[in-house]
Amino acid sequence: MGETIKKSSKTDQYKAPDYYQLDELLTDEHKMIRDSVRAWVKQEVSPIIEQYTEEAKCPLHLYKQMGALGALGPSLPEQYGGGGMDEISYGIIMQELERGDSGIRSMASVQGSLVMYPISRFGSEEQKMKYLPSLASGSMIGCFGLTEPDHGSNPSGMITNIKDDGDSVILNGAKMWITNSPIADIAVVWAKDEEGIVRGVIVEKGMKGFTAPEIKGKWSLRASITGELVFEDVRVPKENILPGVKGLKGPLSCLSKARYGISWGAIGAAMDCYDAALRYSQERFQFGKPIGQFQLTQKKLAEMITEITKAQLLAWRLGSLANDGKATPQQISMAKRNNVWMALQIAREARQIHGGMGITNEYPLMRHMMNLETVLTYEGTHDIHLLITGMDITGFNAFS
Amino acid sequence: MKLLVCISKTPDTTSKIAFKDGDTAFNTDGVQFIMNPYDEWYALVRALELKEANGGTVTVINVGPAENDVVIRKALAIGADDAVRVDAAGATALSVAKEIAAYAKDQSFDMILTGKETIDYSGAEVGGMVAELLGMPFISFASHLDHDGSVAKISRDIEGGVEVVEVTGGCVVSASKGMAEQRIPNMRGIMMAKRKPLNVVAATAAADAVKASKFSLPAAKSGVKMLEADQMDELVRLLHEEAKVI
Ligand SMILES: Cc1cc2nc3c(=O)[nH]c(=O)nc-3n(C[C@H](O)[C@H](O)[C@H](O)COP(=O)(O)OP(=O)(O)OC[C@H]3O[C@@H](n4cnc5c(N)ncnc54)[C@H](O)[C@@H]3O)c2cc1C
Repeated sequence: MGETIKKSSKTDQYKAPDYYQLDELLTDEHKMIRDSVRAWVKQEVSPIIEQYTEEAKCPLHLYKQMGALGALGPSLPEQYGGGGMDEISYGIIMQELERGDSGIRSMASVQGSLVMYPISRFGSEEQKMKYLPSLASGSMIGCFGLTEPDHGSNPSGMITNIKDDGDSVILNGAKMWITNSPIADIAVVWAKDEEGIVRGVIVEKGMKGFTAPEIKGKWSLRASITGELVFEDVRVPKENILPGVKGLKGPLSCLSKARYGISWGAIGAAMDCYDAALRYSQERFQFGKPIGQFQLTQKKLAEMITEITKAQLLAWRLGSLANDGKATPQQISMAKRNNVWMALQIAREARQIHGGMGITNEYPLMRHMMNLETVLTYEGTHDIHLLITGMDITGFNAFS
Repeated sequence: MKLLVCISKTPDTTSKIAFKDGDTAFNTDGVQFIMNPYDEWYALVRALELKEANGGTVTVINVGPAENDVVIRKALAIGADDAVRVDAAGATALSVAKEIAAYAKDQSFDMILTGKETIDYSGAEVGGMVAELLGMPFISFASHLDHDGSVAKISRDIEGGVEVVEVTGGCVVSASKGMAEQRIPNMRGIMMAKRKPLNVVAATAAADAVKASKFSLPAAKSGVKMLEADQMDELVRLLHEEAKVI
């Protein structure tokens, strides 16, 4: 069986900041979930992530481990292998995974929120039985195809399409920037039918005319694999169409779920950077003092913890709304945008505090920083989320 | 097999240790508590492995107040079938052991496991006392434990080597490092833990004869002395006269 995994012997000294005693807002169960995922990340992700990132390799063995841990589809119904947990638990899991690496969190986000979620919400009973348990255990890998080479921020312009042909549909088109596509067993693909209505289609690896080439040369999410999906007259049985949804609200509801997770996830990356910087500021001496004694270093650290605390509050409140079924896509946009930007700024400041040491992979700063550039762009770019808020408060559409 | 695992709550290993009330009590302010690692990683996990191999049940027991339920739930999340909390302060080893023995005496457990010690007070006493109170043999510092359902084969770490013992019938075993590997509770286990029984039983109010009268911290580490490479005589003198190690 597979290659042996080399683990670095360096210990992960991470300690999470909780400046506003937000732990008191969590249940004992939430805290146990967090401690479990944190322990797993320390044990399985931290010792390997720098190497996988450097080699731009996806740690595939982590899929089954995440499945066993329960990190794939944690808030989906238990009946089909989901965790039956609340939205705050799901958020906490994403936070802890992204504390390890945004690429690892992306693996779990795509599987849980973009593949399992649409099948669980819009799929037929047969589709649920066929795919969900294997996806939940990590023995099957899925991907989500919405973005196209010429349609990113504007998915409604998609040209990927299906044509009716008896018991099947014939799928043509191409998707771009698809997390997991080269390693996926199935792809949930969004395509227009002959009436121009967006439908979800489950395409299986090996179907004739379907290929998924890898996109090489990424400087971000290097431990997560990204590719294209190319469909040339792919015959897909009609029973693979998701019966429960028509129109763009299908993929958009998946994105809401994943974006919600990202708004928690980004906090994890930020906390990791802050924690590293705080420790370094106490250990690194210049001019005969720890650099943490200089006002300019303190300004950076104080602003970081302030922003992290605000982001934590935002995520927690959003989670409470989501638990009550009240979180709107617009509220989710605000949290995704704010928290990812916050994390990216913190990664940069934390990198500065580390001086030259921050440039190497001895410390996680550059990795988080580069990862967060993708997180800023995927699942709705930073600017698109701003326009969503703008439209929500003014009533004017500034997209087109 | 019917197994009982004694679990206790200890401060997290990274806690800052301080005392209060004139150095007579541990100051728990700001301290995070965890399950004693020897209980969790070795005793509990090995008990679960034996259950998985031979069938049976694993019960965990803790002597302490309601705030210990968090730690007990974790044991249930890791896989114990049910839990008992004896509602008592559980101040000293003897009173804890008496409560555990009082609970266990009519339950005919095949084996009772404890950690070799708690990482806070390092008493290493409860297991031995429980064994004595129940009239069972006690095997301490076990680093390896097998059980085929009737005979237990146990390896103990002894100075410079290993002793292997065989026990027929019930026994109490204290677990040291190596007996098993830590299991991180998964989400399913955490969700199931809240549905598993946690029975609270009244204490027998075993009296405490021993009381801690004073705690103190180890002396602070003194600074590092740097010597030049050619100052061998001075190094030997310092090791002899100051460090007193040679
Ligand atoms: C590593 C990685 C993984 C990804 N994984 C997936 C995946 O699994 N599945 C999937 O479907 N997609 C995935 N994506 C695609 C991602 O969602 C898109 O890249 C994103 O939606 C932006 O689309 P685009 O790249 O075409 O940029 P564009 O839409 O071309 O945007 C370019 C710039 O123009 C701005 N812009 C666009 N429209 C407007 C407007 N109306 N007003 C103002 N500014 C505007 C944008 O904000 C952006 O700054 C992934 C991307 C990356 C990088």
